[in-house]
Amino acid sequence: MIALLVEAASWTFLLLGAFLVLVGALGLVRMPDFYTRLHPAGITDSLGADFILTGLVLQAGFSLVTVKLFLIGAFLFFTSPTSTHAIANAALVAGLKPRHAVVPPRPPEKATQDEEAR
Amino acid sequence: MFAATAIALLVAMVLALVRLYAGPSLYDRVLAANSFGTKTVLLIAVMGFLTGRPDFLDIALLYALLNFIGTIAVLKFFRYRSLGDAVEEKAASRNKEASQ
Amino acid sequence: MESVINMALLVFLAGTAFAILRRTTLFSVVMLSGVFSLVSAALLVHLDAVDVAFTEAAVGAGVSTVLMLSTLALTARHEAPGTRSRAIPLIVVFLTGLALVYGTLDMPRFGDPSAPVHQHVAPRYISATAHEIGMPNIVTAVLASYRGFDTLGEVTVIFTAGIAVLLLLAGTIREPTTATKITAMEHHLVLRVVTKVLIGPILLFALYVQFHGDYGPGGGFQAGVIFAAAFIIYALVFGLETAGNALPGRAVRILLALGVLIYSGTGVVSFFFNKNFLDYSVLGATAQAGQHIGIILVEFGVGMTVAAVMVSTFYAFAGQNPPIGDEEW
Repeated sequence: MIALLVEAASWTFLLLGAFLVLVGALGLVRMPDFYTRLHPAGITDSLGADFILTGLVLQAGFSLVTVKLFLIGAFLFFTSPTSTHAIANAALVAGLKPRHAVVPPRPPEKATQDEEAR
Repeated sequence: MFAATAIALLVAMVLALVRLYAGPSLYDRVLAANSFGTKTVLLIAVMGFLTGRPDFLDIALLYALLNFIGTIAVLKFFRYRSLGDAVEEKAASRNKEASQ
Repeated sequence: MESVINMALLVFLAGTAFAILRRTTLFSVVMLSGVFSLVSAALLVHLDAVDVAFTEAAVGAGVSTVLMLSTLALTARHEAPGTRSRAIPLIVVFLTGLALVYGTLDMPRFGDPSAPVHQHVAPRYISATAHEIGMPNIVTAVLASYRGFDTLGEVTVIFTAGIAVLLLLAGTIREPTTATKITAMEHHLVLRVVTKVLIGPILLFALYVQFHGDYGPGGGFQAGVIFAAAFIIYALVFGLETAGNALPGRAVRILLALGVLIYSGTGVVSFFFNKNFLDYSVLGATAQAGQHIGIILVEFGVGMTVAAVMVSTFYAFAGQNPPIGDEEW
């Protein structure tokens, strides 16, 4: 009975994770500009990855494999948002503007600096 | 069921490749490459279960640990290099401005 | 299902390769080659070549993007358009490709058990490793013991390449002056914290890979790259100078030579016991124990040299960029 439950939970997690990864990738293609694309990329990296790894953990039982899967999940949990943050920061500093944003008027000298930076 | 997950991951990888190729900005490419890396980690993990030998997770673990190094290098590259041939004090003042 | 994954990965590989050819922006070429390396690592895992996949993963994820970007910082951002006629190269490539395809017709089929490679050497290694060397990972046994001499050659090649890079770049390494000194990424709190958290696990994982190579995938080559990646990320986030305090360039250059010395020194020891070069069986009480000790020493030397080459290459590239306000780029 417990085994069946674990099995069912594992499949649920795997399918949910697969679904989220797929949705995230679709968003990566379909979203209109860079800043909006950060969101679907985040879905893949955090929830999708963690669901798939959880599903695999439930399959693996208790072994070295489980420990490794947990470590993978933990490290992805730290590194993925960090790299997304880094990319967003790089884009912002380089002066990439959101496509559909309502940008408030900025002081002229700052604007020219951004212009040069690009 | 592992197969379904693997196929979903492969399709997602194709979509990331599309974004990587289409751009348009450099940051889109970095984002797509980074996302592709995460998907590869997951694919390697799922593949181990699919073939019934989940012992090769070390590689996925390695990617999980190291995949952000490239992104940080990219950040540094654009932060300090895409200023082109800007003179030093401009870079310095820009730096100060950002830290405030 | 497995063949579906296989085919999909091969298609990715070909697609990425064509995309690399098509793009002229060198930066996106760097990104695409990162993806190329990811796909090949996944493909190698799928082909059960786990040790090779591990090396590909370590190099591709850890250092190659960083090194290519630091090269990019020294050159132009776009590929120079070719001026010569494309007809002759195309014909040459086409003919060579045709000859290669013709050559593959004579090769045994993929995975054919009656192929020559599966007749002579491989069965010997597979049957003898268990009692001659006694370690589960046959790849490590072949790499470090049976083919120890080849591996010594490989390490020497890496050593020579590192020396060559240093010779080419060392003369122009720019000393960071006080005017240009800005503490690297001071304001990137997230990056600093995450890097600090992760450097420990990365180094620990490198040690695991280094000393677990007898039992699972891994060994000196992979561990060396991972070690180097930890120091490179430290240098990226905390500045070249801070990294230089933790691991001075002079020390790296000493380690660079020391690794090869440990490897060949281990080989020379067996001379004193009237054995062949790199015959480790004399190092321990029994032949098997000797093999274990020898392989661990040799892998240690490999890891040392590889890590030192990577770190010193990074130092050389990063320390020599045109002055743009930060000592790294």
